[in-house]
Amino acid sequence: MKINVKLFAALREELDKREFVQELPQGATLGSLVERVGSKYPVVRAHLSSLHFAVNHKYTTLEAVLQEGDEVAFLPPVGGG
Amino acid sequence: MKLSMANEKKLFEITSHPLSADEVVGRLADPAIGAAIAFVGVVRGETDGRPVLCLEYEAYPEMAEQTLRQIGVEICQHWKTVREIAIVHRVGRLDVGEASVVIAVSAAHRSEIFDAVRYAVDRLKEIAPIWKREVWTDGAEWRSEA
Repeated sequence: MKINVKLFAALREELDKREFVQELPQGATLGSLVERVGSKYPVVRAHLSSLHFAVNHKYTTLEAVLQEGDEVAFLPPVGGG
Repeated sequence: MKLSMANEKKLFEITSHPLSADEVVGRLADPAIGAAIAFVGVVRGETDGRPVLCLEYEAYPEMAEQTLRQIGVEICQHWKTVREIAIVHRVGRLDVGEASVVIAVSAAHRSEIFDAVRYAVDRLKEIAPIWKREVWTDGAEWRSEA
């Protein structure tokens, strides 16, 4: 299944991309997506402990099961206000 | 409590336009209100003793607007006299002295609006998917209070 990954702030800058599509097996979890993206992009792996994740605009934990077409955002530590 | 729906005035917004506290408070206009408060976040000219040239704000706009709305719901659930809330955050390049965010809270009477607006600022800084890049003369850095 295809998952739309969105990047922001420091991650977006360091990877020089705002988004990309990641192929995953059906039934894959957010955790396995993170694992796969982390091994593809070492800079993501380096930031991993500080990242939060959102699936379809909602904060989500790594056990969540993803569906075809889900939008997953990798969120560095926030700094609004 | 009343929270306007999407087809009325936009109360929870990410915008690239300059902000006006008057304009955001104006979105809460309602004959029932007797008190309103506006918090304005302003770009400070110095951090850690270092002069700041500008701040660059970036947001995940769809999720950010939902999160701002969620904060509005939390406020109304906790402070029952609060009538209406608006939270408008600007993105893009902001110069020193410009407003980055305006949070407005209204009620018939003032007793709860101070706590409500403080909560809104703290909560926005905690959960809103918005990022700030500080630019000074010899570098730049993404900053977070997290």
